[in-house]
Amino acid sequence: MSDAHNLYNDTVMDHFLNPLNLGDIPEADGVGEVGAAACGDIMKVTLRIKNGRIEEARFKTFGCGSAIASSSMATELIRGRTVEEALRFSNQEVVNALGGLPPVKIHCSVLAEEAIRAALEDYLKRHPEKAPGAGGAGGGSGPGAAGA
Amino acid sequence: MRRVYFDHLSATPVLPEAFEAMRPFFTEHFGNASSLHQEGLRVREALGAAREQVAGLIHAESPEEIFFTSCGAEAANLAVKGVAYANQRRGNHVVVSAIEHPAVLNSVEFLEKQGFTATRVAVDGDGRVDPGAVGLAVTEQTILIAVQHVNQDIGTIQRVGEIGAMARERGIPLFVDATVSGGWLPLDVQALGASLVSLSPHRFYGPKGVGVLYRNRRARLVSILHGGVQEGGRRAGTENVPAIVGAGVAAAAAAREWPARREHTGRLQRRLWEGLKARVPYVRLSGPEPGPERISTSLNVSTEFIEGEGQLLLCDRYGIAVASGSSCVSKSLKISHVLAAIGLDHALAQGNLILSLGKDNTEAEVDYFIETFAEKVVAKLRGMSPMWDAFERGALDSVIAPRGTGKSFAVHAAAVSGKGPGRKE
Repeated sequence: MSDAHNLYNDTVMDHFLNPLNLGDIPEADGVGEVGAAACGDIMKVTLRIKNGRIEEARFKTFGCGSAIASSSMATELIRGRTVEEALRFSNQEVVNALGGLPPVKIHCSVLAEEAIRAALEDYLKRHPEKAPGAGGAGGGSGPGAAGA
Repeated sequence: MRRVYFDHLSATPVLPEAFEAMRPFFTEHFGNASSLHQEGLRVREALGAAREQVAGLIHAESPEEIFFTSCGAEAANLAVKGVAYANQRRGNHVVVSAIEHPAVLNSVEFLEKQGFTATRVAVDGDGRVDPGAVGLAVTEQTILIAVQHVNQDIGTIQRVGEIGAMARERGIPLFVDATVSGGWLPLDVQALGASLVSLSPHRFYGPKGVGVLYRNRRARLVSILHGGVQEGGRRAGTENVPAIVGAGVAAAAAAREWPARREHTGRLQRRLWEGLKARVPYVRLSGPEPGPERISTSLNVSTEFIEGEGQLLLCDRYGIAVASGSSCVSKSLKISHVLAAIGLDHALAQGNLILSLGKDNTEAEVDYFIETFAEKVVAKLRGMSPMWDAFERGALDSVIAPRGTGKSFAVHAAAVSGKGPGRKE
């Protein structure tokens, strides 16, 4: 397809056509679903968290190519991060990792950030003791912290 | 890779005979039609011939009623603003349908900022404009009525003849935007009673870079592009001669071939819609069913639980060119104003595709589309969609065929939208 003309760059197209982390985690530790008021897209993220660290992140997205690519990239980027780190996750990381998005599509990456944050907040609601600064085993504490 | 082109509302290929006719006007016959020497007069003759060809297509009384512009949008701007300005001492009110092309609606909005007023006539669920409602919207101040012949998104054919009769009786100029129907449906501007009609040659196998405005010689029209006295003083600027020549040839071909083109595309349209309904659950057609109220060339299909841009991108990946009216495709992030005007549920407006057929499409292409769309596009995107998943679990209901279980998409979307802190939008 060297003569193909793409709306998005190759990285975005690849994540749209072959998304990583597609699906739902059964009995996830955190579930977040958010909608974009601007365009109507909806993104759902499920997380498996062990010892304060994201072991697995999956997504399902109702949205355009860049929304699907953003979900794929975002779930890939946050795997392995601590809850505290993931709470600081920014859409800019998604944009950078995708090699840029058209300006009108930046909000898709914001939606991915929000879906992850919503899933983390769901997790923290279930496990308030894990909140950063809650004095428990939150943040990047090692083995021995209460896991699932 | 095989390409299947189902986007003839965006552009059609230039007819080979039109292209051949255009070619000498780039190099050999390059003169300016305003010049009085042989080179100029040669070109002037060619413009005259094109004017006659276009006049023939729409049964204009005289070729002098045909003005060439740079595009259909310019023709619409000239019609709306040119009539409004020419009649502003008589009144300041304009009546338009709510589903006109943006070239018309945005021209009207521009006039409103200058003190004109406008009434936008609502349409029914299939996009029909009620001629009676147009008549009721007319006031003593009305100086222009603008109702399109066929809608650009949903293919609805309007009862412009009835509106024309009413407009003529009341002495109000009627502008009919025929940029979708021109070259595909019979159009007799005299029988119609239209004062102005616009055409877009690139939609009937002519080139881009040229538009047409028919103006009945009794209708007052002032120029909005000032300069020389080209186009009878109604449109300044050196004419795009090759494009006008090509438009003329395309118009002559359309005048001969439109019945066969309509029959052919109508057959494909039915096959396409029947095939989609049979192969893809939860699809909905916007606009009238294929038949006398719908143009033969287009289908506007919403596929539930998935979004339109993804459909478009995947179709393109499999060699199929289509368009979409979903918000993700538009630069404004808004759904098409036409889909909003017919009251289409937001969930369906999001999953929208516009398929437009041409004279050279084949049954095999239609079948390839149906198969690819059902098996590759819809299956893949529904597999990614949390809405499809929720529907399968019974947590969400279908808008197209409600089962009576689960929330509506709109309720669900409202519940999850605006969730999460620190929104950056």
